[in-house]
Amino acid sequence: MRRLPVRRITALAAAGLLLPALAACGSDDSGAGAENAEDKDSTLVIYSGRNEKLVKPLLGELEKAVGTKVEVRYGDSAELAAQILEEGRRTKAGLFFSQDAGALGALSKEGVLRKLPPATLDKVDKAYRGSDGDWVGLSGRVRVLAYNPDKVREDKLPDSVLDVVKPEWKDKVGFAPTNASFQAFVTGMRVLEGDDATRTWLKGLKANGAKAYANNLAVLDAVESGEASLGLVNHYYWYERVAEKGEDKVAAQLHFLPGKDPGALINVAGAGILEDTGQGEAAQKALDFLLSKRAQTYFADETKEYPLAAGVTSSVKDLPPFASLESPDIDLGRLESLQQTLTMLQEQGLV
Amino acid sequence: MLLVPACAAALLALLPLGYLAVRALERGPAHAWDIVSDERTRDLLARSLGLTAVVVAASLLLGVSLAWLTVRTALPGARAWAVLATLPLAVPSYVTAFAWLSAAPGLAGFGGAALAMTLVSFPYVLLPVTAALRGLDPAQEEAARSLGHGPLRTFVRVTLPQLRPAAGGGALLVALYTLSDFGAVSLMRYDTFTLAIHTSYRASFDRTPAAALSVVLVVMTIALVAAEARTRGRAGHARTGKGTARPAAPLALGRWRPPALLWCAAVTAVAVVFPLAVLGYWLAVGNSATWDLGGLAETAWATLGVAAAGAGLTTLLALPVGVIAARYRGRGARLLEQAAYAGHALPGITVALALVFFAVRYAYPLYQRLPLLICAYAVLFLPVAVAATRAAVLQAPPVLDDVARSLGRRPWQVLREITVPLAAPGVAAGAALTFVVCMKELPATLLLRPTGMDTLATRLWTETGTGSFAAAAPYAAALILLAAVPSYLLGRHRR
Repeated sequence: MRRLPVRRITALAAAGLLLPALAACGSDDSGAGAENAEDKDSTLVIYSGRNEKLVKPLLGELEKAVGTKVEVRYGDSAELAAQILEEGRRTKAGLFFSQDAGALGALSKEGVLRKLPPATLDKVDKAYRGSDGDWVGLSGRVRVLAYNPDKVREDKLPDSVLDVVKPEWKDKVGFAPTNASFQAFVTGMRVLEGDDATRTWLKGLKANGAKAYANNLAVLDAVESGEASLGLVNHYYWYERVAEKGEDKVAAQLHFLPGKDPGALINVAGAGILEDTGQGEAAQKALDFLLSKRAQTYFADETKEYPLAAGVTSSVKDLPPFASLESPDIDLGRLESLQQTLTMLQEQGLV
Repeated sequence: MLLVPACAAALLALLPLGYLAVRALERGPAHAWDIVSDERTRDLLARSLGLTAVVVAASLLLGVSLAWLTVRTALPGARAWAVLATLPLAVPSYVTAFAWLSAAPGLAGFGGAALAMTLVSFPYVLLPVTAALRGLDPAQEEAARSLGHGPLRTFVRVTLPQLRPAAGGGALLVALYTLSDFGAVSLMRYDTFTLAIHTSYRASFDRTPAAALSVVLVVMTIALVAAEARTRGRAGHARTGKGTARPAAPLALGRWRPPALLWCAAVTAVAVVFPLAVLGYWLAVGNSATWDLGGLAETAWATLGVAAAGAGLTTLLALPVGVIAARYRGRGARLLEQAAYAGHALPGITVALALVFFAVRYAYPLYQRLPLLICAYAVLFLPVAVAATRAAVLQAPPVLDDVARSLGRRPWQVLREITVPLAAPGVAAGAALTFVVCMKELPATLLLRPTGMDTLATRLWTETGTGSFAAAAPYAAALILLAAVPSYLLGRHRR
């Protein structure tokens, strides 16, 4: 058997590992925004963390409203945020349309979002926009309890999410601990009730035999099949199920929690404009369109969410009016302490 | 001569590691160490390894038994079984997991995760072992039989040892795939190491812990590759004859025929028919099906194109690495092969971000264009093709290379005229395997595809993302059916 020159290969391999690392260290400042000048053709690129099925028709209208060519890349909000951060100043994205406030907060924290004009910000209630004024919420969704009427009578439903750790709900609750909405809700609970109370609640949840599922849809399926009696989910998943299966085929019902309960947290999907991309003007027009009456009506009718601007109210049958929701008063900006929430979930062995 | 392209391929495969080094050490080595040395990290690692061990063992059992039955016995419908048994590879792991969960929610946990992962990954063993069985010189087995060994003893003592490189390479791929998978384990609610990585991206939007944890996966991968290399031993696996394979006489199954058929039918039912039936159920109960056949055909065509290009490039890059790994011993050859594997247990999203990182900095004009996506497939799946190439080259007698050299052929002529033609069936099997896994790749495709381009996997992701399972079903079905094409062609080529 022949032998290969070991040293040469070792050297090559080492170079292969080190070169990119070295180059990267030196390149942090090289990607100045000016390089994007060459891309200044009149195309607006939107990175959308919202599903194509939900927003494609709306973004088609947006293209007309903006007047320039619009390209949309669909992906997962968190992954797209990571992609934008890896791209740095050379990002192709002019506008980031996110499924949740968390991904926008992450970009805001890294300083890659542009400050928005007051006229844009003021279209949305202060509670539903970035505290640094660099993103706005576009549509809201509320945390609810899904329940199976065969397992629970309506008048026996808990008034607070805090009650699901009581003995009568033993082995009957489903939740999705790795889901971003659930984690935002736990973070909200920490802000509202304090860390100790939240830790006790999580401990109680686990001790009470609550079942962990991969995501909200799986929780809803479990409620549907009766595997769980109660499920902690976002309201619109139920409407998606009804659209897929027909209302008479969906057994599960929704319970909106009263009294500013932490379990009735409202979270938002929103958008922000990337700094220095040469697409700022078109992106601003696009954002204004998303806040317009037409787009807000779309969110109400098509995605079954709550519109947040232009005075539009939801038209969806059986969906309680936004004003009637007794959601907790909370600054979404304060939901950024997600890391502590994760640590807490990990301590309890829930994620 | 082979060294330059082989090193280039290995360097390409090492790219993600360079990125990991940058990100993991961003906040100092101490911070990275804190993350890695956490007790929970060790816990998750143990869970991942436990799952991997079970999946590898089960995949070996399924893969080797089905390969032997379909190639070497007079099994009725052998070729159809062989094609059917490769199809599960095209089913994304989360579809299999979802299908099983919707039928039997109680499966969630270790058992369900092991089942789903085994069903989608056993073809990694089946395909190379099938190729190896076809390339075996039957003379050795005939000699064993003539010396009084029964069929079983012949199989265990003569055939099995010769299948070891192919089966070992396949098992290694299964192990790395299981380590890297997120879809099936997250649905089955069995927490593994990749969960920690995904949580880092998705919940805390922090790339540093993800990178630090990914480095642990790389270390594990290198240990696994080294362990697999150890089991190879020094035995020769080449035919001693004149270098042309002669098909072995098929073994009559006799009274074993019904159980053999039952075994094939059971595996096919569980791994292929069941997911297809669930897709049918989705179609039947859902309202979201649109039957946009034009769109489906267009997407399928685009998927075929990128997957074929991806498989082509990957196979081309794998060839020199596989030949060196088979023909040379020593640390240099080992290093090269290990380099090709190093990133293979990384979750797709990590590799995808690494490529974003490099492309934006050094290949901006190619960023979010097709050539880069195809390169990404090569980075992701190089080991798949390397394993197949290496096993195939091992079967080609090295003495023929030497003879050709002594007759004045240049090294590249030897490669082109002797080594590659002899290894061709195995290399083609590797290309087919790569093609199928390219088709279903999702995370890197999402981040690196040209804006507006869709593959079957991205459409499936879009549709299931809103719970439109009926609309998703045709795309999943198309993935499975298209995967049949290369395995069918492969079988035909051998007749």
